[in-house]
Amino acid sequence: MTDERPPAVLSLRSATLAFGQRTLWSGLDLDVAPGEFLAVLGPNGTGKTSLLRVILGQQRLTGGSISLMGHEVHDGSREIGYIPQQKPLDPGSPLRARDLVGFGLDGHRWGLPLTNPGNRARVDAAIAAVGATAYANTPVATLSGGEQQRVRVGQSIVGDPKLLLCDEPLLSLDMAHQRGVSELINEQRTRLNTAVVFVTHDVNPILGMVDRVLYLAGGQFRIGTPDEVLRSEVLTEMYGTPVDVIRSRGRIVVVGAPEHGLTHHVEPRAPHGPISPAGGAL
Amino acid sequence: MHTMIALATDDPSVWSQIFGFQNYGELLALVKNSIIAGAVLGILGGLIGPFVVKRDLAFAVHGISELSFAGASAALLIGANVVTGSMAGSLLAALLIGVLGSRARDRNSIIAVLMPFGLGLGILFLALYKGRSANKFGLLTGQIVSVDNPQLTLLLVISAIVIVGLLVVWRPLTFASVDADVARARGLPVRTLAIVFMILLGLATAVSIQVVGALLVLSLLVTPAAAAMRVTSSTLWTPVLSVIFAVTSVVGGILLALGGGLPISPYVTTISFTIYVICRIVGWRRSKRGAYDRRTLVRVGR
Repeated sequence: MTDERPPAVLSLRSATLAFGQRTLWSGLDLDVAPGEFLAVLGPNGTGKTSLLRVILGQQRLTGGSISLMGHEVHDGSREIGYIPQQKPLDPGSPLRARDLVGFGLDGHRWGLPLTNPGNRARVDAAIAAVGATAYANTPVATLSGGEQQRVRVGQSIVGDPKLLLCDEPLLSLDMAHQRGVSELINEQRTRLNTAVVFVTHDVNPILGMVDRVLYLAGGQFRIGTPDEVLRSEVLTEMYGTPVDVIRSRGRIVVVGAPEHGLTHHVEPRAPHGPISPAGGAL
Repeated sequence: MHTMIALATDDPSVWSQIFGFQNYGELLALVKNSIIAGAVLGILGGLIGPFVVKRDLAFAVHGISELSFAGASAALLIGANVVTGSMAGSLLAALLIGVLGSRARDRNSIIAVLMPFGLGLGILFLALYKGRSANKFGLLTGQIVSVDNPQLTLLLVISAIVIVGLLVVWRPLTFASVDADVARARGLPVRTLAIVFMILLGLATAVSIQVVGALLVLSLLVTPAAAAMRVTSSTLWTPVLSVIFAVTSVVGGILLALGGGLPISPYVTTISFTIYVICRIVGWRRSKRGAYDRRTLVRVGR
């Protein structure tokens, strides 16, 4: 091994996660390097979000081990930036875009929310980096979904995290904003050399940025570059049913994949099964 | 100051009962303690209120206050300190709600189960109590006019503890209240903060009951904050306005109630309600005017 890669930000060794009789994945070995962009794909119920919960220390592995920056995981970490799904915020909540970003920097500190000039400059810089300066002082609840997710990216990077966890951050955004927000995440990871673990059901908006894919389906997983994993033979084997991966105009469409990943319990479908929604969702 | 009576053309006796200002100066000296207590409780209610609204705990406040009432009436029955009894009931309720009801739906059913039980216990203890009946009624509707020095000291100490506690956890509590998932991912002890807040809320409820009574606590712990949040979105102005509204309601209520010999709580609740209505109208007119300029909300609020 002459590989001189820097130590991994995130390491999983023989990691297994099961709920009762149901094993979501087992024997998962994974190292995510600084600056690497990993997309976690697969149908619903295969443990994509559970993987994030494991990394956040909110869910224990059934077997194997996980380490973050070489240490055990705890309940959350200041080394992690987290971008959740866009969801409507309570319109009455007194919170400006600037406040939300500020929490990403010093939300853990005791006392009153008085920001010192140094921190204010960092918050301003993060807001500028995501192009949200125009609405920095606007209540978050009144922003559009795309604007809110831009602010979320700002919040996630303002503390210079080593790892960015993205839980379906593009869900409920239109195509233009999906592209805008994912480019933003990609820019920040390049600028800060942050590792990105990006959970999504649709790889297309991030296809050009992804280094590796972790595909979860049918109690199995595959890790590799998009070209290695997103192929008809690979997915057919995982799903245990004929699946076609069609590449068209730079987009990937998966045809024939069952909606849920538990193929052991799913009757094989007709050769032309349901086409996943939203123009080629994975 | 006698002009209010002149309005009462139809039935002077009712009006002079509601607004009486004879011998006002001497009365004022008698209730100095109450006014101090009222102002401190206004500050407390105004500061904790925005968190109650943000964390969606208005119903919890009501539930806590009924168990607090049970505790206070038990104390009255056995001759113990009423404030201590009320605090014991509050804290027990707040902890139960905090530990068992971390999710909103669980929480609401737990509160709905606790509330009638607490009220029932309170009624039982009061029925057994053979003392002055004014004391009984005071627990439900407020009794601050009779605040004496040791009681005042106790109220002030508890209020100070709650206010200092709030200032210490202010920032992480705000983060955890408005953005719990991200706060937890960033390593904040979200669950511990929730329990700490419930303890502070239990103490705040127990002292507020001494002013407005168990039934009307919401007018002090929720209405001022809800009113403030109608007219501003600023993290600074929300608590400031909320405190101003709460202090105005309590102190104004005490001053107005002074001459009439009626309980102060209707005055407090009416002022607090009026402020809320005005804020709603102001907020509504502003959003209508600036319907297409969302920045207006902030600019005015800052």
